[in-house]
Amino acid sequence: MKTLRKNWPFHVMLLPSMIFLLIFSYVPMAGIVMAFQDYKPWLGFTGSEWVGLANFRYLFERQDSIQVIWNTLVIAVLKLIFNLFVPFIFAILLNEIRRVKLQRTIQTLVYLPHFLSWVILGGILIDLLATDGFANRILSTFGVQPIFFLGDNDWFRFTVIASDVWKEFGYNTIIFLATLAGINPSLYEAAEMDGATRWKQTLYVTIPSMIPMVAVVGTLALGNVLNAGFDQIFNLYNPLVYAKGDIIDTFVYRTAILNGEMGFGTAIGLFKSVISMILILLSYRLAYKWANYRIF
Amino acid sequence: MYFKTKGYRVFNVFNTILLILLSIMCIIPLVHVLAISLSSKAAADANLVALWPIQFSLEAYKKTMFNPVFLHSIWISVLRTVIGTAITLCLTFLAAYPLSKDNSVFKGRNIYSWIFVFSMVFTGGLVPFYIVIQKLGLIDSFWVLVLPGAVNTFLVILMLNFFRGIPKELEEAAFIDGAGPFRTLFTIYLPISLPSIATITLFSMVFHWNSWFDGLLYLNNASQFPLATFLQTVIIQQDMSSMSSSPKEMELISQTTVKAAQIFIGAAPILIVYPFLQKFFVKGMTLGSVKE
Repeated sequence: MKTLRKNWPFHVMLLPSMIFLLIFSYVPMAGIVMAFQDYKPWLGFTGSEWVGLANFRYLFERQDSIQVIWNTLVIAVLKLIFNLFVPFIFAILLNEIRRVKLQRTIQTLVYLPHFLSWVILGGILIDLLATDGFANRILSTFGVQPIFFLGDNDWFRFTVIASDVWKEFGYNTIIFLATLAGINPSLYEAAEMDGATRWKQTLYVTIPSMIPMVAVVGTLALGNVLNAGFDQIFNLYNPLVYAKGDIIDTFVYRTAILNGEMGFGTAIGLFKSVISMILILLSYRLAYKWANYRIF
Repeated sequence: MYFKTKGYRVFNVFNTILLILLSIMCIIPLVHVLAISLSSKAAADANLVALWPIQFSLEAYKKTMFNPVFLHSIWISVLRTVIGTAITLCLTFLAAYPLSKDNSVFKGRNIYSWIFVFSMVFTGGLVPFYIVIQKLGLIDSFWVLVLPGAVNTFLVILMLNFFRGIPKELEEAAFIDGAGPFRTLFTIYLPISLPSIATITLFSMVFHWNSWFDGLLYLNNASQFPLATFLQTVIIQQDMSSMSSSPKEMELISQTTVKAAQIFIGAAPILIVYPFLQKFFVKGMTLGSVKE
C-alpha cells in the first residue's frame, strides 16, 4: 500500500497506454475463438457454430495454403540472409572511405529509400520494371531480351528480394557503422605494427569485432521469419504470380476480408501468430545469451 | 601506413567508384519518376524519358493540383499525421518515464513491461482486429487512422533507453527540492529529451504519412482516403472507381505523367523532412539498439 501511494503518478502515466493496448491489442486476442468456429458475421461469436479444429485441418489440406506458407518461408529467409550480409559488407566498404563529406553524402543517399512507402516505390517499380520500362531499356542495350520482372513466376521472387534489399540495405548499415566506430583503434595499430595489410586487418580485426552484432541482428530478425513483407508484396504482386509470390498475410487478406472466410482467415492468422511468438521469444533469448542484448 | 601502399590505393579508387554507383542507384528511380512527371505527355507515353525531362512541361502538376479528390486526400493525410503524431508522442513520453525506472523504485514496472512486450510479440491477427474496429464503430471514421496505432512499443523502448541515459542525480535533486514525478518529467526531463523527442516525432510522422492499408481496410468511401491509400488504389490497383466518376478525370489519371506527378507529390514531404530527420535518427537508432 505504501509503495502504491508513493508510485501512483507512475500508474497514472501508464494508464492511457494501457487503455489503448487493452482495446487494440488484448481485446482482439479474444477474437481468436473465431479460429475454432464457422464464423458468420450475422450470428456473432455466441451464435456461430463451433467446428473444433476443422479450420486448421482445412489449412493443411488446401494445396494453396501449403504453397503460401512455403512461399512465405522462402522469401523471408532469403530476405533475412541478404539483408544481413549486404549491409555488413557495405558498412565495411563505406568505412574505408576517408573523405568525410563523401562518406556522409553516400550515407544520405542510401538511407533514403527506407523512408519511402511501398506504395510510392511500388508505383515507381511497376513502371520501371515493365517489359517496356526503363530497366528493360537499359538491359536491351546489352542485348538482353525483355524480362517480365513482376509478371513472371520465376522472376517475381528475385524481384521482391532484390528490391527489398535495395530499399533497406542502407538503413540496415547504420547499426554496423556504429559497431565499426566502436572498435578500439589500438587493435589496428597493433596489427599494423605486426605488418598486417589493410586486408589482413579487416580479416583479423574488423570482421571478428563485428561478429557479435551480426549475431544479434540475425537472431532478432529470426523472429520476423513469417513476415515476408505484406506492404511490399501487396503492392507489387498480381494474379499472374500468386503461385510463387503469395504470402500468409496477403493470403489472409484475400481469403478472409475479400472472400469472407473469416474463421479460416483467423485460423491462418493464429497459426502465424503462435509460430512468430515462439520464434521471437526464442530469438530474444538467444540474443540475450549470446550478446547480452535486452530489449527492455 | 597502409593507405599509402599501392594495392590499397587501387582498392580505394574502385571502392569509391562502386559505392558512388550504389548510392546513385538508390535515388535513380525517384529521379526517373521526377523526370517523367516534368516531361510532355507525348514524350512520356513514347517511353523516351530516362533521367532528364523531355519537352519540359508542368502540365501534369497543374492537372493534379486541380483534382479535388487528390487535394482532399492530402488534407486527410496532413490531419492524420499531425493528430496521430501528437497522440503517440504524449503516450510514449508518459509511458517511457515510469518504465525507465529500476524495479526497486517502481514495483509494478515488470508487469507493465510484460504487457507492452507481449502486445508486440503476439497479435490476434487481422480478422479479429478488424472485427474489434467494427464493433467500436470506427469503420468509416477518421479516428480509425489515428487510434489503433497510437501506442508503439518500439518508440517507447527508444524513449525509455534515452531516459536511462540521463544522470540520476538530476532527478534526485529535483525530488529534494520537492518536485513530484510529473513535475520532474515535464520541467526537467522534457527539455533535455528534445533530441529523442525529435526522433520519435519524425518516425511517427513518416509512419502516418506512409500508412495506406488501414485506409483501404476500414474506409469504404474513397473521399475519406488519406493520400497514401488514394495513391494505392489509383496507381497500384489502377482502380478508377475511387476517383470522381467524370470521364474527364478518368482520362487525367491514366496519363503517365500525371501518375508520376502524383507519386512524386506523395514522396515529397518525406524528401523534405528527410534531411532534418537524418541528423537525429542515426543517433536515436544506435542509442536504442546498442547497449553496453
